[in-house]
Amino acid sequence: MMRLNPINRRRLDNFRANKRGYWSLWLFGVLFFASLFAELIANDRPLLVQYQGELYWPVVQDYSETRFGGEFETLADFKDPYIQDLIHNQGQGWILWPAVRYSFDTINYDLSVPAPSPPSTDNWLGTDDQGRDVLARVIYGFRVSVLFALVLTLASSVVGVVAGAVQGYYGGKVDLLFQRFIEIWSGLPVLFLLIILSSLVQPNFWWLLGIMLLFSWMNLVDVVRAEFLRGRNLEYVRAARALGLGNRLIMFRHILPNAMVATLTFMPFIFNGSLVTLTALDFLGFGLPPGSASLGELVAQGKSNLHAPWLGITAFFALAIMLTLLIFIGEAVRDAFDSRKLKL
Amino acid sequence: MSETLVEVSHLSVRFEQDGQAIDAVRDISFNIPRGQTLALVGESGSGKSVTALSMLRLLPYPRASHPGGSIRYQGEDLLQADEPRLRQIRGDRIGVIFQEPMTSLNPLHTLEKQIGETLLLHKGLSGIQARRRILELLTLVGLPDPASRLGSYPHELSGGQRQRVMIAMALANEPELLIADEPTTALDVTIQEQILELLARLQQQLGMAILLITHDLNIVRRHAHRVCVMYQGEIVEQASTEALFAAPEHAYTRRLLDAEPSGTPAEPPAEPQDIISTNNLRIWFPVKKGLLQRVTEHIKAVDGVSLQLSRGQTLGVVGESGSGKTTLGLAILRLIRSEGDILLEGKSIQGLAQKQIKPLRRQLQVVFQDPYGSLSPRMPISDIINEGLEVHGIGENAAAREQLIIDVLQEVGLDPASRHRYPHEFSGGQRQRVAIARALVLKPRLIILDEPTSALDRTVQKQIVELLRELQRRHRLSYIFISHDLAVVRALSHQLLVMKQGKVVEQGPAARIFEQPEQEYTRQLLKAAFR
Repeated sequence: MMRLNPINRRRLDNFRANKRGYWSLWLFGVLFFASLFAELIANDRPLLVQYQGELYWPVVQDYSETRFGGEFETLADFKDPYIQDLIHNQGQGWILWPAVRYSFDTINYDLSVPAPSPPSTDNWLGTDDQGRDVLARVIYGFRVSVLFALVLTLASSVVGVVAGAVQGYYGGKVDLLFQRFIEIWSGLPVLFLLIILSSLVQPNFWWLLGIMLLFSWMNLVDVVRAEFLRGRNLEYVRAARALGLGNRLIMFRHILPNAMVATLTFMPFIFNGSLVTLTALDFLGFGLPPGSASLGELVAQGKSNLHAPWLGITAFFALAIMLTLLIFIGEAVRDAFDSRKLKL
Repeated sequence: MSETLVEVSHLSVRFEQDGQAIDAVRDISFNIPRGQTLALVGESGSGKSVTALSMLRLLPYPRASHPGGSIRYQGEDLLQADEPRLRQIRGDRIGVIFQEPMTSLNPLHTLEKQIGETLLLHKGLSGIQARRRILELLTLVGLPDPASRLGSYPHELSGGQRQRVMIAMALANEPELLIADEPTTALDVTIQEQILELLARLQQQLGMAILLITHDLNIVRRHAHRVCVMYQGEIVEQASTEALFAAPEHAYTRRLLDAEPSGTPAEPPAEPQDIISTNNLRIWFPVKKGLLQRVTEHIKAVDGVSLQLSRGQTLGVVGESGSGKTTLGLAILRLIRSEGDILLEGKSIQGLAQKQIKPLRRQLQVVFQDPYGSLSPRMPISDIINEGLEVHGIGENAAAREQLIIDVLQEVGLDPASRHRYPHEFSGGQRQRVAIARALVLKPRLIILDEPTSALDRTVQKQIVELLRELQRRHRLSYIFISHDLAVVRALSHQLLVMKQGKVVEQGPAARIFEQPEQEYTRQLLKAAFR
């Protein structure tokens, strides 16, 4: 196990002391970890099939119908009663389904009512207006949102910390020019850029990430810069310079840990912000490509199908729970780094 | 005269944190007679300030508590008094002066408002009446030209002037007891004396009692009637001032009295060998004004200092705050830009780029004033010491470096087994030893000591001075010793350089200057320091 210095140990204790935040972290962690295996939870293919004494893994491998005694060379559709019949009777086998028998893009054709259909034993949270299972879409949408926010937060933190560090540490002209650049850059309208861009290219996950990154790195620059401005005059930094340490080593070893306090405190909130931004873009239709699972698209569906309240309610709770958990975690992190509670 | 004003009996103060109880003050008793000065003396952490603050119930309750005892102010127990009654007493019957005149005045209020507030609260004075009283008070505390100062803000005043304003505030309602918590520690020596004389004069005029809290025995000797010596939360000795200084009874008191840095500097090597010299060194900060940011004038932090130091010797640099001592040290280290030549062993280091300086840093080391600030709180001390070794490639492998660290810790008198601990686990004196070890491990020729003892208690100061002297003898080190504390400087320096407002007032062999100062300013400094 990593050897923690006493300050960090105290912080960890402080974090744990905030019960709400601590449990939120666990809950969120479990949800996120589970969603990483969404294919095993919600899928239109069985996890495991036994046919004539042999095991098949439709989740990871494609099988044609002929493998199970069908007639066509096409991909086996395990929801088809004909195939199911073949496996059960002819093959003396069985099928192991995931908990939700729909993937995010599976269209349920045998709905008893026109889509959107209300919750049923088959579609636990109902279907959307294209007959797709809402629960499956929430699970996949959650995964995409969190991954997007995670990558964006990490990337923009790295860029922001580096930019803030350089500005704060060197100060003077570097600082002045960089500050003016940031002022101009932050004046660019992000949303318009995205709208213009989405007419030029089909924005996918990485496109969106790149564009958002161009603007979101500025969040942290100010705090990190202030921290470095202060840090470069600390006596132990001066002592390190007198020892002959190079600039990079001083920045990394002596000042960065101070700046990390501010960074880590901000991170959960930046994370929340990125999440909401992606949802908003999806809601407006400038986000992920059509058909992909996204919470924003679900919100939009809820709005346009007010007669199907399960859409709006699901979207609301999915977002509300996720964001609330993250805020609780953020508060706990903030408490943990609060220097007033760290009297050593 | 000796009627008792405040009677503290069996007072205890306990702090609770994370379920742990710390007894800051244990069962102390003393009396403050009307119109006299009682001094509470002790080192930092001995419970002096806590005692004073509990008299006004200003501790962070409920984290702090009083498991026992009473504080009777004219017979009334302040520990039992309720909040409205306490508010009546605070600032009215009992006034307080705090240590830091920089931070204990509200920076956004004018002097008139600062002092007027307490007059309004306790006396209901406002308008012209209040102004008249404020002027009277400011005249009383000797603030020059008080009428024009009424609209000034604290930052427009010097440290000594601010302390005078603090005193004026404390005296506004003619309190019967004035608590002075280290009233002069943050001030320069010449101003310290003025403030203390002012307090003594005011005491005579107004007949108030003073509870003087200090760690400086010189002040106690001159200004207190009675002394309580505190040690680790207890009063170990209590006597009249004459009796205490004539015949200290407790071992700790004797140690405290004996802690005055003494002795003479180490014998320098016979053949002088130049280690460092500067020629007309200047550090001017430009003041820019106007639209075009034209340089209109310069703040001359260091103005034309020439010095010269031989191997194995110490150059003491003394002066009051703002005289440019520290700036001079940083310039010699090439940590700030300066003009004029700096020669290290005859070679100029002024024009060198930072890369070329780097190898020379090994020979040119520094120990800073604040042992709490100069060690990174995130690294165990072995890493802190190791850092320099790594940068300069000393010691061929980790094991060899470890051995060097163990050796140097032993040399500065620390237990090598403690090297994996973090700075906060050490006391101030021990931390300063770590800082010295960090410099020493590189085997430098010259160490710049920037007020290395000012943040430490007297008894610890003495140990550090002795350590420095011993190290100098053993390694033929040269020191540039920057300090405002002339007693410490005298115990270490061969040469002396007196600075005032960036300029050299007097320089030469230390012994001669201490015996026969030539300049008036030097005489003043010496007079304030040794009496």
